[in-house]
Amino acid sequence: MAHSYTPGLKVLKKTLFRKERILPLKGKVLVKKGDKLSPDTVVASTNLPGNVQMLKVNNILNIEPRDVVDCLVVKEGDIVKKGDMIAETAGIFGMFKSFVDCPVDGTIESISESTGRVIVREVPIPVEVDAYVSGTVDEVIEKEGIILKCDAAFIQGIFGIAGEKRGELVLVSNNSSDELTSDQITEEMAGKILIGGSFLSLDAYKKAMSCNVAAVVVGGFNYYDLKAVLGYDLGVAITGTEQLPTALIVTEGYGSIPMSDATFDLLKNNHGNEASVNGATQIRAGVIRPEIVIPMLSESEAEDSLSKEPEGIQEGSTVRVIRSPNFGKIGTVSSLPSELKKMESETMVRVAEISIDGVDTLILPKNIKRR
Amino acid sequence: MSKKIKSILATDCGSTTTKAILIEWKEDRYRLTFRGEAPTTVEAPFEDVTKGVLNAVMEVEELSGRTILDGDQIITPENGKSGVDIYVSTSSAGGGLQMMVAGVVKSMSGESAERAALGAGSIVMDVLASNDGRLPHEKITRIRQLRPDMILLSGGTDGGTTTHVMELAEILAAANPRPRLGQNYKLPVIYAGNNKAQESIKSTLGEISDLDIVDNIRPVLERENLEPSRDKIHDLFMEHVMAQAPGYKKLMSWTDAPIMPTPGAVGSLIEMIAKKEGISVVGVDIGGATTDIFSVFEEKFNRTVSANLGMSYSICNVLAEAGLDNVLRWVPFDIDRSELTNRIGNKMIRPTTVPQSLEELVIEQAIAREALRLSFIQHKAFATSLKGVQSERTISDAFEQSSSGQSLVNMMDLDLLVGSGGVLSHAPRRQQSARMLIDAFMPEGITQLAVDSIFMMPQLGVLANIDKEELKDDASQAALEVFDNDCLIRLGTCVSPVGKAKPKSKMADVTMSFKDGSTKTIEIKEGSLEMIEVPYEEVKVHIEPSRGIDVGAGKGEPLDSIIYGGVVGLIFDGRNRPITLSTDPSQRIDSLLNWSSAVDEYPKGDLF
Repeated sequence: MAHSYTPGLKVLKKTLFRKERILPLKGKVLVKKGDKLSPDTVVASTNLPGNVQMLKVNNILNIEPRDVVDCLVVKEGDIVKKGDMIAETAGIFGMFKSFVDCPVDGTIESISESTGRVIVREVPIPVEVDAYVSGTVDEVIEKEGIILKCDAAFIQGIFGIAGEKRGELVLVSNNSSDELTSDQITEEMAGKILIGGSFLSLDAYKKAMSCNVAAVVVGGFNYYDLKAVLGYDLGVAITGTEQLPTALIVTEGYGSIPMSDATFDLLKNNHGNEASVNGATQIRAGVIRPEIVIPMLSESEAEDSLSKEPEGIQEGSTVRVIRSPNFGKIGTVSSLPSELKKMESETMVRVAEISIDGVDTLILPKNIKRR
Repeated sequence: MSKKIKSILATDCGSTTTKAILIEWKEDRYRLTFRGEAPTTVEAPFEDVTKGVLNAVMEVEELSGRTILDGDQIITPENGKSGVDIYVSTSSAGGGLQMMVAGVVKSMSGESAERAALGAGSIVMDVLASNDGRLPHEKITRIRQLRPDMILLSGGTDGGTTTHVMELAEILAAANPRPRLGQNYKLPVIYAGNNKAQESIKSTLGEISDLDIVDNIRPVLERENLEPSRDKIHDLFMEHVMAQAPGYKKLMSWTDAPIMPTPGAVGSLIEMIAKKEGISVVGVDIGGATTDIFSVFEEKFNRTVSANLGMSYSICNVLAEAGLDNVLRWVPFDIDRSELTNRIGNKMIRPTTVPQSLEELVIEQAIAREALRLSFIQHKAFATSLKGVQSERTISDAFEQSSSGQSLVNMMDLDLLVGSGGVLSHAPRRQQSARMLIDAFMPEGITQLAVDSIFMMPQLGVLANIDKEELKDDASQAALEVFDNDCLIRLGTCVSPVGKAKPKSKMADVTMSFKDGSTKTIEIKEGSLEMIEVPYEEVKVHIEPSRGIDVGAGKGEPLDSIIYGGVVGLIFDGRNRPITLSTDPSQRIDSLLNWSSAVDEYPKGDLF
């Protein structure tokens, strides 16, 4: 049977979720293999080297760079406090001395005879990495972090903004094709993850942020509204560092598009459960999609009920069209012919024949995804 | 003629697709015979580039009937119907080669370092300079954030002051940068600055980095010496960056020549063509994420990468940088602006979709025009003569405003414009590719247009660069012959008179003498676009421009030349430069429809 391998997003009812939680620099791992973790457990910590201050000692003292060493009252490796004197000139008969004071707390990192500069490294900046999701430590990566594992429902969105958030899932839209409106968002939803249907307007998103909602998961959002949220045109889809109170995870695309039934039903069935989400997206080499992880705390479902990874599209697959002019239409693949067909644009492409409601048949380039 | 090389397998491992081509010696020349492709397998779950290579080669095997693989090995040399004589590859997978460069003065050694890095095929993430306006701690934070694959440090002329370049070295040392790939090796740093500072550089950077010292990139202000730095970048690309990428050690053991970064290979091919023909060339490769532009003017090669101008991953950035109005000026129908931005956004997040309707195709090609236009503006600003050079001026120069740092790109001198990348190579009609190239690059005078049929310039570039004495002559011949016969599709020639002219006034008379002895004369009117279908053959032309109009011989000066037709033909472009569109929507749409109709750009129907 013919197959079409278009990249699909994962919608998994139950999967073995594994996640690396790694420090930006080597440091100390604080947990051991098998430890149970809650999302807030700190699993590893380190100190990032502090900022650097470069002091042009020769300029300040008005001397040649090679003479700087003779004037220093500190040496490499010394710990210094703000205001400590680090260099002074001999002056004239001990009078009219010039001084250089240290502008920050830190350590003397290096002294250069060629440029006359003294480099002071500020105190290190502590960094901690938490578990992000409830689970257990599957593997410890020495000095770097851990790999966490848990059984979880796992959903990938198509695009998101803002980084990691966690909270209780709350079903707000009753139907996958309903818009999540601003009047449905209340103060009581602070810290929760809201599940919407087809669309979230800019007003509704602003309301969610003002109510300190942790995240909103929805089918579609307007591309041009992103500028009002971010303050700039989003040219390249690399997100995750935005400092926003509410993460946004869009599951289908830009515009008003009903959330796929598989995604909506899975979220609906987990109403009231704790989840962790991350809006970080990178649509580039090393692609990253936003994610919703719902850890399963009970062992209710047998191992063999693990969801399968999405397969390629084949005859009989239910699919959704993801490009104009039939954007959003849902149908069943009736045929995947191997020969190229000419489109209205005269582009020669391999196509999929899709039956809509068993009545109309669309012949399309493979601008489709599994529903 | 007996050839040492009878068959060549070449692959290009792109970030999404790995392309394999088979070149064979057929009768008296090298020809491209078969081509295969497969998804690149650098990332999870495969994490081994060779799997994608083997899949692409398997497709070539199936199509050609030649056995090339023995399990996971490429059979070399050729033995009857099995194996190939040599195997070569390029790569841009995993984000390609990402570099940071540093120079004392941004517009002098900084720019020279940038030129060397770009010429070697890298993406330049940032240019650090003593005078870039950033404080030391800001520079240090930036270096730490970026995590480049390697750093090129330059600055100072030989024997000159060492203070500034040492300051930069100290900043690098303080940042203690870590490479992007692999936690456990030192970051390669190339020093190509003042030779007097070499010892101090060793003591500052020798411990914390894998330091290499090469000849100064700017030994004196008046001369650039890019070659040693470029060569060292290629060596380090193989030794460090490629060796860290998944599967590359294995791939390197298969190839008969070092793996080159894809843009480096394309650039060297374009440089070679320009040199061989003695012409000036502009080449463009518009991809999903980036647009690369290569040019050779006055025998000087330049390359720029517009890292965020592309047709899928970066399509929204084209919209952000060009503005919606500039995109829509090329669209001859009304469209809801908010719906259009959502559509473009959806192309970015689902980059593999292709335009089905004519409306979608027109919009995509409008965006391509703007992506190309913006990339070329960046290229023209970068491809300049050396800045900071003092020249003697006589009294007769006193009224000339020219100074050092002038752009080398002179559109009137351009002989050949080559386009490649999906939107240009796979446009349903070649007329569309020609129009996109003309509208975006705005060539002046007489310019030949061509597209790369299936984007095989990278493979041909690496082939042209084989150093092995016993192979290099055949390999270089193969690269040139395949480039001429199979790679380049000659679209035709664009004739564009420029100068002040009233709307619809005559700009030039052109008399053409064809190969069959017939002649034809046409009048180029301001604002018009005309096309004559002529296959790829010589056409003698005599052009009489109107007063104040230039076609290459000077204002009002007649010009006799030989031009070539092609799959599109001869295009006479009277739209002056820059091409301006009316602000009145109905006039603008009328012009667009007329121009499209003149070159038979789109199928006739509701929209056209």
